[in-house]
Amino acid sequence: MARSRPEPMQVVKQRRDAALNAIVEGVPYIRFLNISFDRRGDELTGVLNFDEKLIGNPLLPALHGGVTAAFLEVTAVITLSWEYFFPRIESGELDASDIFGDETVRFPKTVDFTVDYLRSGLPRDAYARAFVSRLGRRYASVRVETWQDNHARPFAQATGHFLMPQPKPEKE
Amino acid sequence: MAGILKIARQFIEAIPHANALGLELTKIGNGEAEITMSYNEALIGDPRTGVIHGGAISTMLDTCCGAAVMSHPFAPSSTATIDLRIDYMRAATPGQTITTRATCYHITRNVAFVRATASDEDQENPVATASGAFTVEGK
Repeated sequence: MARSRPEPMQVVKQRRDAALNAIVEGVPYIRFLNISFDRRGDELTGVLNFDEKLIGNPLLPALHGGVTAAFLEVTAVITLSWEYFFPRIESGELDASDIFGDETVRFPKTVDFTVDYLRSGLPRDAYARAFVSRLGRRYASVRVETWQDNHARPFAQATGHFLMPQPKPEKE
Repeated sequence: MAGILKIARQFIEAIPHANALGLELTKIGNGEAEITMSYNEALIGDPRTGVIHGGAISTMLDTCCGAAVMSHPFAPSSTATIDLRIDYMRAATPGQTITTRATCYHITRNVAFVRATASDEDQENPVATASGAFTVEGK
């Protein structure tokens, strides 16, 4: 007997994008900073859409260092969650549009986060990409960088450690 | 002292993002600064619990550290973050005001060293701590 026909790629892609939208729309702080995500295949790029309220130094002007840190952290957490939930979203086991309605979905918690500021963030859109260096059962280590006009000239980079969601102990 | 606090408040009010978060500079001087932020639903990081996102706390810590550097008797003309490490101890209790306190504990002609803590109304158990290096710009 023939194997069941794989689902059309478009359906799988729709699930991925619906899950990303649900996360971005569901977290007030991500909306506050107006961060969106651009997915191409398995690559995820965070986009910080520029707004005057993100300015930290009005004289230069430059993005607030805290905004840069938050943008890097959001990108790191979403990329990490993404790799962690990916198979369950793709298979349709998780309802992609209702991530926060599902009790079994929990996000990694930041343990520590270290940001290096390389140059000032210009008053325009910024992009970020995170790389999961290690994903263990309890801890994950993530590296993330952000750039504006030229990917080869990042304006900040960071590394962070995260505590992965732990299975709830069995109730007696 | 009241004069310095007034100038410092104007300084923080001139920072658009500090305004957007509703940061208030409550103490400043001699290399130390204190900033508070009221609970704000727009800054929630986890919609199921109402806990404030760590990124907003990072911004408070960064701003507070910068203010501490500026208030040091060495009197730099300006400063910028070189690096900042933040350790997150626990989630801030939803509904509570967050307070950050920063100390610039050492300064050279080029670099200022700063540490800071963030806490909610339970001041005994910090929500996060930070340590960082900042640039020192000439007079």
